[in-house]
Amino acid sequence: MSVSEVCFQLKGSNITSIVLELKNYPSSDFLNQLQNKVSQAPQLFADSAVVISLEKFSPDSAVDFHALISDCFEAGLHPMAFRAVADELLDAVKQTGLPALPGAARSASVQAPEEDNSVQDQTSAAVGDGEQVEMSLEATAEVSEQDLTASEPEAVKTIIETRVEIQEKLVHRPAKIIERPVRGGQQIYAEGCDLIVLAQVSEGAEVLADGNVHIYAPLRGRALAGVKGDSNARIFCQQLEAELVSIAGIFILSDELKDKAWKQTAHIQLKDERLEIAKINDK
Amino acid sequence: MAKIIVVTSGKGGVGKTTTSASIGTGLAQRGHKTVIIDFDVGLRNLDLIMGCERRVVYDFVNVINGESNLKQTLIKDKRVDNLYILPASQTRDKDALSQEGVEKVLDELSEDFDFIVCDSPAGIERGAQMALYFADMAIVVTNPEVSSVRDSDRILGILQSKSRKAEKGEVVEEKLLVTRYNPERVEEGEMLSVEDVKEILAIELLGVIPESEAVLKASNQGSPVILDDESNSGKAYSDAVGRLFGEEIEHRFLEIEKKGFFKRLMGA
Repeated sequence: MSVSEVCFQLKGSNITSIVLELKNYPSSDFLNQLQNKVSQAPQLFADSAVVISLEKFSPDSAVDFHALISDCFEAGLHPMAFRAVADELLDAVKQTGLPALPGAARSASVQAPEEDNSVQDQTSAAVGDGEQVEMSLEATAEVSEQDLTASEPEAVKTIIETRVEIQEKLVHRPAKIIERPVRGGQQIYAEGCDLIVLAQVSEGAEVLADGNVHIYAPLRGRALAGVKGDSNARIFCQQLEAELVSIAGIFILSDELKDKAWKQTAHIQLKDERLEIAKINDK
Repeated sequence: MAKIIVVTSGKGGVGKTTTSASIGTGLAQRGHKTVIIDFDVGLRNLDLIMGCERRVVYDFVNVINGESNLKQTLIKDKRVDNLYILPASQTRDKDALSQEGVEKVLDELSEDFDFIVCDSPAGIERGAQMALYFADMAIVVTNPEVSSVRDSDRILGILQSKSRKAEKGEVVEEKLLVTRYNPERVEEGEMLSVEDVKEILAIELLGVIPESEAVLKASNQGSPVILDDESNSGKAYSDAVGRLFGEEIEHRFLEIEKKGFFKRLMGA
């Protein structure tokens, strides 16, 4: 009992979330509009955590944020924080128990929908920069915003702008390259990158990568791609005789592989939560 | 500087000691000063196969502990010039082999000898790892059956990750020696073929030793089978030694021996 076990680890992390930018509240039509919006892309919004941004919100009277939060819940959204809270609203926000995140710094990334082109330019420029590719994607869920407002009566000028901000930092990391056989009992892990193996992977050996796994030789052991959950990761091998293949935690065993591309050049990817195995160059 | 060759397999009973004895003897027959070291501390039997068990006074562990010197401990073979045996201890266990101790002995032997053949114990534990740690080349002894091949694969992984050469980022030479090969049983599907084994292990084939009573006979007589030049096994070991020196010798004894008309007539 000399060493007590570590109970947790505190880590910094980026979380993608939906931002609900509030413009006009209270409004009798808020819930209705929100539900409308959610129903346009139910899968995208289902049980999503949202950050309520008050950047463009300046009410004349006191606001009941409790009611706002329960409206959100009713529409199937889960508020997790407020951001860009003006000083005069701080007390009201604090009463809800949700944290008030700073917002001013982020206003730089606020993009009007018509500025879509500039986003693209920005990304392509960044890619051109070379080694360190840093991308900032902004997918706007601006589904028929115009139609919606046009059909509204002139009087109700409440617009709820829902925006999904995906901030992805794609830093290019060179693939891990293994030139000698990976023998039984050995394990090779390519952290944060692709794995390329130029020799065989024996039975009882295990090769893992956060990215794709390429094996230019027989694969007789286990190959796991996207081990941190990247469902776009794939496995390529020149001769499929694997004990197990797995992408983003979804795996199949050799029994099931035997009637697929067994002993052939194969390409394995995840489609609809199922592993799809195809021969390469199979016309 | 001597070349250090480890004879290893992972699995037990596949013919490591028989191979160490014959390869070592073959090297010496070609005029190279050779010593065979028994790393199987506690279960020594190289001295039995070499027929020098009655001449063991001191052993490998004594040398490591400084209780004897190499000159006192090495046993000179009576049949072949240039051949010496360093026997294992019967009374100690494998923990008696320290890496520093083994290195010191190998360094001393290196000054005098051309080849040091290390007869590895079975398994992948300390004794086996100590035997392969200093190797320049590994002869991986494999029987043509699945479990032996699997263990050989495992030991190859250890060789290329835990040996001194691997630690320096270099590669240990790998040679495959298939022993107890019986073409008739391969034909019947009871044994893996040489091609199967080669495909699974993907290393260079040094030789194929046919299953033969000559091996058992030689062991019981305390004489390495390579000295029995009438037997197919002896011939196959001689071929393997030749290949170690880069000679291009075709592999033989891979096919079922066709009985001649006369033999069939005699029912032999």
